[in-house]
Amino acid sequence: MTEIAEHPARRPGAATDEAIRVETLHKSFGALEVLKGVSLTAHKGDVVAIIGGSGSGKSTCLRCINFLETPTSGRIVIAGEEVALRPDGTPASRRQIERLRSRLGMVFQAFNLWTHRTLLENVIEVPVHVLGVPRAEAVDRARGLLARVGLSEKADTYPAFLSGGQQQRAAIARALAIEPSAMLFDEPTSALDPELVGEVLGVIRDLASEGRTMILVTHEMKFAREVADHVIYLHNGLIEEEGPPEALFGAPRSDRLRQFLKSVG
Amino acid sequence: MPALAFALDLATSLDLLAYSPPGWGANLLRGLANSLKIAFGAFGLGLLIGIAGAYGKLYGGPVLRDLLAVYTTVVRAVPELVLILILYFAVTDAVNQLLVALGQPRIQLSGLVAGIAVLGVVQGAYATEVLRGAIQAVPPGQIEAARAYGMPPVMLARRVTLPAMLPFAIPGLANLWLIATKDTALLAIVGFGELTQETRQAAGTTKAYFTFYLAAGALYLMVTLISGTLFRRLEGWARRGQPSLRGTAS
Repeated sequence: MTEIAEHPARRPGAATDEAIRVETLHKSFGALEVLKGVSLTAHKGDVVAIIGGSGSGKSTCLRCINFLETPTSGRIVIAGEEVALRPDGTPASRRQIERLRSRLGMVFQAFNLWTHRTLLENVIEVPVHVLGVPRAEAVDRARGLLARVGLSEKADTYPAFLSGGQQQRAAIARALAIEPSAMLFDEPTSALDPELVGEVLGVIRDLASEGRTMILVTHEMKFAREVADHVIYLHNGLIEEEGPPEALFGAPRSDRLRQFLKSVG
Repeated sequence: MPALAFALDLATSLDLLAYSPPGWGANLLRGLANSLKIAFGAFGLGLLIGIAGAYGKLYGGPVLRDLLAVYTTVVRAVPELVLILILYFAVTDAVNQLLVALGQPRIQLSGLVAGIAVLGVVQGAYATEVLRGAIQAVPPGQIEAARAYGMPPVMLARRVTLPAMLPFAIPGLANLWLIATKDTALLAIVGFGELTQETRQAAGTTKAYFTFYLAAGALYLMVTLISGTLFRRLEGWARRGQPSLRGTAS
């Protein structure tokens, strides 16, 4: 586990170049310690993929970054701004959390679109009501984004009438609408039928190639290898191994990672 | 011969129900208007109490939750009639004793205010449970998504939780509304001139009990039928994003 101790110094880039930095993150649910000191850094334009088995803590780690889970301890710095925490690990300022969240585009495994709103209404909701963008401007942008993910004709449809792949693409448009400083993907294709995975990965691949900062928790190893700049393998709440995708997938050093890669094919 | 008697009866009945005296129609309609005022007020007050109560029960601290549990249990346990008598006589009496002690003039609680207050508190207890269940039926992911995008709590409730829980709440709320319209009849006990009280007076004076109680029943039925139509529309609107259970798209 020497990687962990060395990790904060791994890339000594200037603070301004960092989109997201997480230091020695711990998270317990009751007696169960899910994260045991995870550190990671996403520089601007980086695609960081987090892989790992079920229960490894990869989703929890991602959810701690925008405080959907409250870390037990650790530091989180977003775009150079450190999240102020009380001694017990809870955020000190709700407003700071809300402001930071409104610039992090989260995409969920279960899409989580608002079912009482059409796709267009879903996409403009946060810009108009949280960020204060004029409605007409938000609608224009939203139409552009829905066109980009191939859903122009579905703008006035409610989510429940769409396939999982369409819903997830709309959820990605919702994330893009806030002009996110970074995007967080929490297993975005795990709830999809196999034939729908490709259309969602295609959209994410496009976003990765245009230099967006993203942290991607995924089970799609081939995809992680293809789009990621940096891959982190989590096991039992610790970083077991990390590095560039070629190294991690091509020449895994630890037995656990070798076994994991074999088991997921 | 019986047909003639029946026709005569009917004619007298219609005379009795005519709008202007000697008919009692105006009194019945005034009673109906008062009943609706109380029902609207009580239902509205109940909704406000219910929203606050549901949020308190779901997100409040242990003390608040305990207090709300006492409220919903006690209010739902005691008959509305008893609550009305307590508020109307006991509370008015207590307030007046306090006012007299302070050297202030006595007050007389109006039937309308008392009715709205008591039935509103009763409705609030039931609405708390209806809305708590409805909020819990909202898929947690939708609330989580709103939090993940930085919505402050009040906006989250207004933009996401409350509209999303509406489809689950409307059947229960429609029931509560109908109960509110009928519970207004209980205020006859304190002599407030709502529909039942007006009907009793008209029937007692003219001895045409059958005619007047039947008319009152028809008025209550009319309110229910109109309410049913409105609630069906409201439910259709609230469920706009959900596929029909019959399997045909919207």
